[in-house]
Amino acid sequence: MTGATTDTALAPESRPLEPAAPSRRFVANALDVVVRSIVPVLLALGAGAILLLALGRDPITFYSNVWKGGIQLTAWQDSAIRAAPLLLIAVGLVVVFRANIWNLGYNGQFLLGAALISGLGPHLVASEPRWFALLVLFLVAGGAGAAWTLVPALLKARYETNEIITTLMMSFIGVGVANILIKGPFQDPAVNIPQTRVLPLNKMLPSIPGTRIHIGVLVALAAALLVHFVLTRTSFGLRLQILGANPRAARHIGVKVPRLIVMSFLVSGLLVGMAAAADILGTWGYVRANWNPAYGDTVIPFVFLARLNALALIPFVVFYAVLSTGGDLATQQANLSTDFLLVLVALILLFMTVIEYLGRRRALGASYLTPGLQQAFRSSRLRRKTSA
Amino acid sequence: MSELLTRTFLTALISGGLIAGVSLMFTALGETISERAGVLNIGLEGMMLVGAYIGFVGAYYGHSFWVGFAAGIAGGAFASLFMVVLCVRLGLDQIVVGIAITLAGEGITSVLQDTQFGSTYPRLGAPPTVAIPLLSDIPVLGKSVFDQPLIVYLGLAGVGAVSWIFRRTNAGLNLRAAGEKPEALDAAGVSVVATRSYAVLCTGALAGLGGAYLSIVGAGTFTPFMTQGQGFMAIVIAMLARGKPLWVVMGSFLFGISLSVATALQLAGINISTDVVNLLPFIAIMVALVAFARRSYLPPALALPYIRGAR
Repeated sequence: MTGATTDTALAPESRPLEPAAPSRRFVANALDVVVRSIVPVLLALGAGAILLLALGRDPITFYSNVWKGGIQLTAWQDSAIRAAPLLLIAVGLVVVFRANIWNLGYNGQFLLGAALISGLGPHLVASEPRWFALLVLFLVAGGAGAAWTLVPALLKARYETNEIITTLMMSFIGVGVANILIKGPFQDPAVNIPQTRVLPLNKMLPSIPGTRIHIGVLVALAAALLVHFVLTRTSFGLRLQILGANPRAARHIGVKVPRLIVMSFLVSGLLVGMAAAADILGTWGYVRANWNPAYGDTVIPFVFLARLNALALIPFVVFYAVLSTGGDLATQQANLSTDFLLVLVALILLFMTVIEYLGRRRALGASYLTPGLQQAFRSSRLRRKTSA
Repeated sequence: MSELLTRTFLTALISGGLIAGVSLMFTALGETISERAGVLNIGLEGMMLVGAYIGFVGAYYGHSFWVGFAAGIAGGAFASLFMVVLCVRLGLDQIVVGIAITLAGEGITSVLQDTQFGSTYPRLGAPPTVAIPLLSDIPVLGKSVFDQPLIVYLGLAGVGAVSWIFRRTNAGLNLRAAGEKPEALDAAGVSVVATRSYAVLCTGALAGLGGAYLSIVGAGTFTPFMTQGQGFMAIVIAMLARGKPLWVVMGSFLFGISLSVATALQLAGINISTDVVNLLPFIAIMVALVAFARRSYLPPALALPYIRGAR
């Protein structure tokens, strides 16, 4: 209210300074984006602190432990490594979410890719040159992830079957199949624990000189940039966005909707599978049965916070990587289950939707005229007033 | 092959199937109510877990199964309150909020279980059962099917009641209108928001009861993540049942039995990897979805928030 009155008061003076208006709008927009993305995180951390107090833990120690375990000394490198699979999955989700398609089967796609490459990996790196083997393994994992989206994609494209249900079911099946593979054909014969053979350290993804960070992190960054380019600068990206905004309009302007649905599913699955490759080939080197890091579940809020923008995802994913790497230490020190991090993530999601709602209310109350028209309207009204 | 038909196998299969089936039945019935009213409830898994945990705590400290079930209902309803306020009242994205509720339910119950009981998993005794005379004397089947805790019979009666409410009462008509054409309901002078709010609260209460049944009667204890995707299975069952409560019951027991095949086979001493058997229900659902994809029906206004005057 006060903003509106000062605007009208300033209108005569600001008219000669026409170029100032867009930059002010830019600042306001940027501020809006920052408020909408950062405030939910802060609120969630605050609510988390209250929860910690309720559980009889010291929130200050908890969060300083997160800092200690996620940033200090060389811990930031662990966080960067953790960010690689998270970023790849998040980017994969951006592709489908933009088209308003819900691929919630990331856990199955991820684990299936992980099981396949940790089963095939040891043989492949032993017989083939390192770079070739790693490239093939990346493609195998990506292919497995993509293939696992095929049934939901076709069902959605052909019969409009709800993809939330089908991807979730395929996810459970994928996790099960991965476990069967790990305990069966890929079992390491040398050990009693159900796990695959371990990749030799010198055959895994090489690290960036001077650090422990493997190049999977660079692959993830490159994928984020590439996806951002494709989604914002190509016709494929535009068609996806139209499909997401209004499927009927998309059909009307000649977009082949079924094909686009299948394509976006495949790309999404491919990226999720590649996340598995980056994680296994870069960090773990093997998979144990019943291992399920559920990266996708925790990264979803940040996909929304970044407003489905692959570039804006990078800082958010880095933030969560720090939170989860440091959170391992912090929850251990506080004698809490690591599932406390899930609560924090859920809080971020809830606060995000609430802030979004408040923002929308304010936007609804604001004028729908473009700034130029607002100016014209104001000046004509002013002139009428002065003439009268 | 004759081993398959032994007494232990059949008893384990049917009683295990009933335990999983009853909790699925409650939850899927709840989802049916909210889907009919036009709210897609993805947070079912979280509501079940909250109900399972609070129900177990209630039964453990209250020394009564009924206190446990009541606590479970209250817990589930409380979790669904978030959905009522955020999705129905404020019109926020139902899928995003649903995911948040599932994550929060998983996280908070796991943390609470850990802080309260640590790695000890205290157990409850077996609940008292009510045997139906004559029917429970049937060999093999009788003892496992017709000798159940009272809540199961009440639940079955509840399904009939919901079916009747859907078809024969004004409340049921309002509920269906809220999912089919909310504008029409609004024009008729009935509040869409209120109708949907009650529907979602019922869903939460039923999901909480389903979870409580799982922890109190099924397992006798609470373990983190114990629902293992049953909330999502319930969504599928509700979807395939096309909003018909009696179909929900049949679907639930079918999937309940396929969930209990693994344990039954183990008891019968047959060596099949539990991983393979555990996949059966999900594969069954996928087959059902592929086969009946064209026939599953969802209300047109599902997952769309109702904003008065918006087009």
